[in-house]
Amino acid sequence: MLCDDCKEKEAEVHLTAVEAEEIRSVHLCSSCAAIRGVSTDTGELHPGDTPPLADFLAQLGSVGSRPPVTAVTEPCPFCGISAADFRRTGRVGCSQCYVHFEAQLRGLLRRIHGSSQHAGKLYLSEASDLTDRLGQLSSMRRRMKRAIETEDFETAAELRDRIHELEVQE
Amino acid sequence: MSLSAVPVAERGLEWIQGGDEAEIVLSSRVRVARNLQGFPFPGRAGREERADVAERICEAAARAESLDGGVIWRIDDLDPVDREILVERHLVSRDLLADDAGPSTSAFVLAAGEECGLMVNEEDHVRLQSLVGGLELEAAWRRVDRLDEELGALLPFAYHHQFGYLTACPTNVGTGLRASVLIHIPGLVLTKEISRVLEGISQVGLTYRGLYGEGSEVVGNFFQISNQTTLGKTEEDLIEHLGRVTGKVIDYERSARAVLLTEAPSVLEDKVWRAYGILRTARSLGLEEMMNLLSGIRLGVSLKLLKSPRVETLNDILVRGQHAHLERAAGGKLNEHDADVCRATFVRDKLARDEREAGRPPAEGSSDARAADGPPTGG
Repeated sequence: MLCDDCKEKEAEVHLTAVEAEEIRSVHLCSSCAAIRGVSTDTGELHPGDTPPLADFLAQLGSVGSRPPVTAVTEPCPFCGISAADFRRTGRVGCSQCYVHFEAQLRGLLRRIHGSSQHAGKLYLSEASDLTDRLGQLSSMRRRMKRAIETEDFETAAELRDRIHELEVQE
Repeated sequence: MSLSAVPVAERGLEWIQGGDEAEIVLSSRVRVARNLQGFPFPGRAGREERADVAERICEAAARAESLDGGVIWRIDDLDPVDREILVERHLVSRDLLADDAGPSTSAFVLAAGEECGLMVNEEDHVRLQSLVGGLELEAAWRRVDRLDEELGALLPFAYHHQFGYLTACPTNVGTGLRASVLIHIPGLVLTKEISRVLEGISQVGLTYRGLYGEGSEVVGNFFQISNQTTLGKTEEDLIEHLGRVTGKVIDYERSARAVLLTEAPSVLEDKVWRAYGILRTARSLGLEEMMNLLSGIRLGVSLKLLKSPRVETLNDILVRGQHAHLERAAGGKLNEHDADVCRATFVRDKLARDEREAGRPPAEGSSDARAADGPPTGG
């Protein structure tokens, strides 16, 4: 049997997933399995790393305990990309797609990254929909500390001023 | 900021002077992907929308302090050889040049000091990048971070409270950050430890590929190692993790070299000297052959089997020995055969010049051949 993803190599990993009350079997070669975050190796992992297979299985397990996810089939109202186009190309068409196809994307992001929650920089533009001021403050304090450690005092001073502005607004 | 009046010929080579661990790590790169709110991503946008996006980004770039005194090149204004030169220097991706028929809406910006730049309308609206010599990931990240802060204040970036920065491909979403090192690990290849190391790299959330990006063949024992995931971790964690794993790979490489020096010194010396001899005398050189021989010389310099050439000279040859660079130097198109002849002449001249500057041929370095590898000899 050939791999479902690359259709070239022999499938070595066989998984059965229950998604949206639908049972789906996936057959992958070891490289495509690795791309999807499924490890076929029981090799050593560094402390703190989540074993990808366990992670994958945990996600499968959690599906049943939640209300079934309904996959969106209508095209994105902003850019018009269809769910089929998205599946075929692996690319979304615009930022609104992340809202429109959120149900599918959340699972996909977990499979790719092992997480669907951003932990990096918070975007501080006024145009952003961000309301978590405390989160912004802690991110900026962290970055200021790092700037001081690396002797980037210009950035540190900029951040200090912005932290002050935010604190005043509180 | 000036608009594409400056030739590309001498731009974007700051990294070749090297940096920390420069004998083993050629360069460190960090890029982040960003998109503008309210516009479809480039792959889905019409030409007018893409042109509008390019205009907004170039306007903001012209106001960004990090890019002060820099240059904007519209891809359309560059001749085909200059375009290829930018690709060969890893300053733009081939995707940036691959706009469909009609005038290109893509552009490329480089800061005056060449420490950072950006690509407009590649897969995402803008990709901010920094390329630095040696193992200097944090320095590269600081530059990109600062540019990102500046542009983010001038342009509305697409951002989602849970998914972070939004990108055309879900594999880049979150931080949008891809950090990579270009590393030279012949010791691991020769001792056949390489597959074990690469397997280890894949298991800790990193990925590897050849010199020319995704899907490219590994030549000259040069590998690019980069983070696989972009969501769920902070930028600093991603950078630190790659730096730490790279440090480990360097340690393994050093151990492998020590083993080679103890177990098979004459084989190693022969390999290094043959590489030098061929590059110093050949009359026709293919690109791949040049890369593989440069790898041998680089190993020899690193192990003090050779006292010259300098690492900077080797980096320079690696860049300028490529096809478009040779065409630019020759002032016209070259077929493969002519390019091989030009390449051999160019390499011979470079090595001869380095010998003259060092005041001696490299032979005198061989007496301390079995000393463990150490810092660059500096010629």
